[in-house]
Amino acid sequence: MSWIWAGMVALSILFGAANGTLEEVSAAAMAGAQEGVELCLSMAGGLCLWSGVMAVLREAGALGMLRRALLPVLGRLFPSFRSDREVMEPLAANVAANLLGLGNAATPMGIRAAQAMARRTPGLASDALCMLVVCNTASIQLIPTTVAAARSAAGCRTPFDILPAVWAASACSLAAGIAAARLLARLWGDRR
Amino acid sequence: MSGWTAWLAPMLLLLAAGTGLARGVDVYRALGTGAGEGLRILLGILPSLIALMTAISMLRAAGFLEWLGTALVPALERLGIPPETAALLLVRPVSGSGALGVGAELMERYGPDSLVGRTVAVMLGSSETTFYIIGVYFGAAGVRRTRHAIPAALCGDLAGFLAAAWAVRWLFGYG
Repeated sequence: MSWIWAGMVALSILFGAANGTLEEVSAAAMAGAQEGVELCLSMAGGLCLWSGVMAVLREAGALGMLRRALLPVLGRLFPSFRSDREVMEPLAANVAANLLGLGNAATPMGIRAAQAMARRTPGLASDALCMLVVCNTASIQLIPTTVAAARSAAGCRTPFDILPAVWAASACSLAAGIAAARLLARLWGDRR
Repeated sequence: MSGWTAWLAPMLLLLAAGTGLARGVDVYRALGTGAGEGLRILLGILPSLIALMTAISMLRAAGFLEWLGTALVPALERLGIPPETAALLLVRPVSGSGALGVGAELMERYGPDSLVGRTVAVMLGSSETTFYIIGVYFGAAGVRRTRHAIPAALCGDLAGFLAAAWAVRWLFGYG
């Protein structure tokens, strides 16, 4: 991550100098930091609320039911954490929230699973952690409501006619991500 | 179809409260404790979000994405992806709101039911803000060595974009 970040900054300065936009780049650095804070604040309410809802569901035992329901799939994707409730319960909730398109709910649950996974390999992204990230960067939302709203706003009468194409693209993206994660895990060094 | 999604969040809240009460959970206290944990999560991801957004905003201001977009046009044409979507492909992994803005503008310009408009919509609906998610998850979990996570995630994104372009061509019968 350090190298990528330094590379991004170096590239911006290079292109800024070449395009004569260095002043904009300099202003963008400060504005970007501000944007990071604003982004965090803008999701604060939803993230805290859903975190609370997850705590209620956990104490009521509902997350345990969700975990058992999804174990056949998730146990296969994350074999090293199959019997670890601390990981599998929030993970199951993360997948369910993603399917429903509740991004604000999926994030705190996914983060909780990531933190529990990271306890085994501090500072290092294990194969399972990489898989968790890949599963979250591929969209599995069943009904893309935001896009449908944007299509309606542009004057479309049937905003949901793209659903089969969205599902096909989502499935391809998820499958390719999982395949790449499996393959690269084997090729990459220092696995644990 | 859009009707029931309005029910989703409120019904989930009611469901959580209902199951909690039925199982004898002190619902209000658990909700408060959980929300407090959420605050701690936010505090954990804030530093990495600041770092990430700074770098991304610098790259965009420098004109890097436009340059890459122009450079990519021949490759996109060969792959069967409408080259008009180049800007969207590049913004999508780094900014959710930015991508929605670019996408809405393209749908407006080409029409929501055109090849470009539909491809844009499918691309938006089948992808996530990859770098934001990577930053948030690894920031919260204290991961510094990210190993193959970024290349694998980008493979997924690329496959999704390709599939989006092909699926629209196929399912909607554009030549």
